[in-house]
Amino acid sequence: MTAVRTDAPAPPAGPRRRLPAAGRLKITDPVVGVWLAAAAVTLIGWIVVAADGGQFMTQANATGILQNSVALGLVAVGQSAVILTGSLDLSVAYLISLGTLVAAETMEGGSVVTAVLAVLALSAAVGLANGLIVTGLKVNAFIATLGMAFILRGYIEDNYTGPSGDVPASFQRLGYDRVGFVPVSVFLLIAVAVVLWLITKRTRLGHHMYATGGDEHAARLSGVRTRRTVIYAHVLCSLCVGAAALFLASRLGAGAPWAGTEARYDLDSIAAVVLGGTALAGGRGGVAGTLGGVLLLSVLDSIFNQLSVDPFFKNVVRGVVIIAAVALYARPFRRRAKARDEARAAEEAEKGALA
Amino acid sequence: MTTTTPPSTPPAGTGPAAAFVGAGRRLGTGAPVYVLLAVLLAALAITDPGFYEPDSFLAFVKRAAPLVILAAGQYMVIVSGGFDLSVGAVVTAGVVAGAEFYGSYPDAPWLLVTAGLLLAGAIVGLVNGLITTVLLVPSFITTLGMMLILEGAVFYWTGGSPQGVLPESFREFGRGEAGGRLPWAVLACLAVGALAVWLMRADFGRTLLATGDNDRAAALAGVRVPRVRTLAFVLSGAAAALAAVLIAGFSGVSAQAGRGLEFEAITAVVLGGVILGGGRGSVVAAMAGAFSLQALFTLLNLQGVSGALESTVQGIIVIVAVGLGATGSSGFSRLRRRRSPSSEGKSSS
Repeated sequence: MTAVRTDAPAPPAGPRRRLPAAGRLKITDPVVGVWLAAAAVTLIGWIVVAADGGQFMTQANATGILQNSVALGLVAVGQSAVILTGSLDLSVAYLISLGTLVAAETMEGGSVVTAVLAVLALSAAVGLANGLIVTGLKVNAFIATLGMAFILRGYIEDNYTGPSGDVPASFQRLGYDRVGFVPVSVFLLIAVAVVLWLITKRTRLGHHMYATGGDEHAARLSGVRTRRTVIYAHVLCSLCVGAAALFLASRLGAGAPWAGTEARYDLDSIAAVVLGGTALAGGRGGVAGTLGGVLLLSVLDSIFNQLSVDPFFKNVVRGVVIIAAVALYARPFRRRAKARDEARAAEEAEKGALA
Repeated sequence: MTTTTPPSTPPAGTGPAAAFVGAGRRLGTGAPVYVLLAVLLAALAITDPGFYEPDSFLAFVKRAAPLVILAAGQYMVIVSGGFDLSVGAVVTAGVVAGAEFYGSYPDAPWLLVTAGLLLAGAIVGLVNGLITTVLLVPSFITTLGMMLILEGAVFYWTGGSPQGVLPESFREFGRGEAGGRLPWAVLACLAVGALAVWLMRADFGRTLLATGDNDRAAALAGVRVPRVRTLAFVLSGAAAALAAVLIAGFSGVSAQAGRGLEFEAITAVVLGGVILGGGRGSVVAAMAGAFSLQALFTLLNLQGVSGALESTVQGIIVIVAVGLGATGSSGFSRLRRRRSPSSEGKSSS
């Protein structure tokens, strides 16, 4: 766990680049906050599990937490890119399922490299289609990607009834090998996250993504090709999803039609992104916070498993945590909105007095 | 800039085109959905000549009723600028809770149980609304969390597999007919439709639309925005509970009763030309969207499209229908067109 923590959040969001200085410090809070929350939850979990007579800070457990973060982490990092741009992707779950099937079937008959390329090509195509539907047909992203999810689902259900394909042992090493107690797949997640962090924070495309998500109209008037930006964001997201599919295929040893849907990667990834402090409306947030959100969710999961809490009760707590966290993030806004309202009321009262 | 544009626009807006635009405006953003519904109903008539026999048509309406009611509730939330993703979970929870309740009190009167479920649904909506308006959590997240909580709670409570049998008296509302002919579900559907139309014409509806269009402007004009938004969630929750009663009667107890219904309801509302983000669209069109979706499912069944491919066709049609609506006369493109003259005016002057 510590490995992730030192790698990902080190440069938290670079407040320097985010303009209007006033009040911006508070907004960086979610990124720092979610990592602090993850740390706090780890600590509390440690104490609670120890009180329960168990061992929380074991190597096996840390490995498990990291392992569980990888798939959701890859999807959520991609999801951050689209949400930043003011869009959304609900098709990720079915794309994962289809990705594992394509990967496993290609590996059964051909080479691993072909399979990886095939999955990435499929993902890029789906992302491109999503982006084109959102920008070209001007269908709201919610409906466009939901429609894409239905299309993929129909294709999967029509062609597959159960697990299919076979992943060779050489590729399964991605899912099972580790360095020390750190699974190698975590390095895949870190690599993808770093690439996305660089793209969003250090490239022109990234700045355009923030601008488009913040105010599409203003961005276009300032010369940003907003359509192209949205399309790129969707392609980036789907490529991340493809990586998640490859990881899951190596974990499962085969392709499975329920690989993405059973764990609800669509809604869970959105929840992780929002937990990480990215605004659902776009334009604010980033990859670093998302990783914190993912870690928070998987630490919670691990604690519940250790305490052998009913899995259904886990969902209840998950829902409460998500709502509570976002309510906490909204607090600065609430205070500011209140201050603004009061200022306006005072102003109006003054005007009234003058008149 | 604004002073230069008006002289140029009126010539374009006069003549027969204006009358056409006027008619289109009266139908609102929902115009395409009526065309879609007519096409689907015509296709159904061709595929199945017996479709318009009163009995089979009423059966179709009966099957559509839960989705139509959900769409009416979802419309209230969407038009005020939110989402309600919790309705599917409310349906599941309602069905399972009803069965569990009858497991403990087999002799409870059905009216009381139904009223209790409606109240519970309204309370869920109230919680959604308060979290969204008081704690300022985006409604997408609020209702997503509520969905996790409700589903988790229902399964935790029932240990994963809901037990219990619903008595005939309770199921009668979902599967039976009033006076031997007209299904109760159709009556419920009509009642909800009438109530929704009345609400949208009353002050509540006007303030709801104003809130969804621009909540700051609405607030400055004296609308109590939090209250209006919360009421929309309460209505959506109650509508979901009513749908739960119908579904429980129609298809019995199942832990999957409400699965995916939230997305179907949102799809139906959007098919009806209602803009996600709020402020535009009519509730009748939203309900017509639900009918269209149900007609589409029926048609695909009759055409023998294999069950699995059904969702592919559904996805394509939804995207195309919404896409046509958006690039046609409605949706964001209209917003853009309204804005673009000013930007052109700026560049040319």
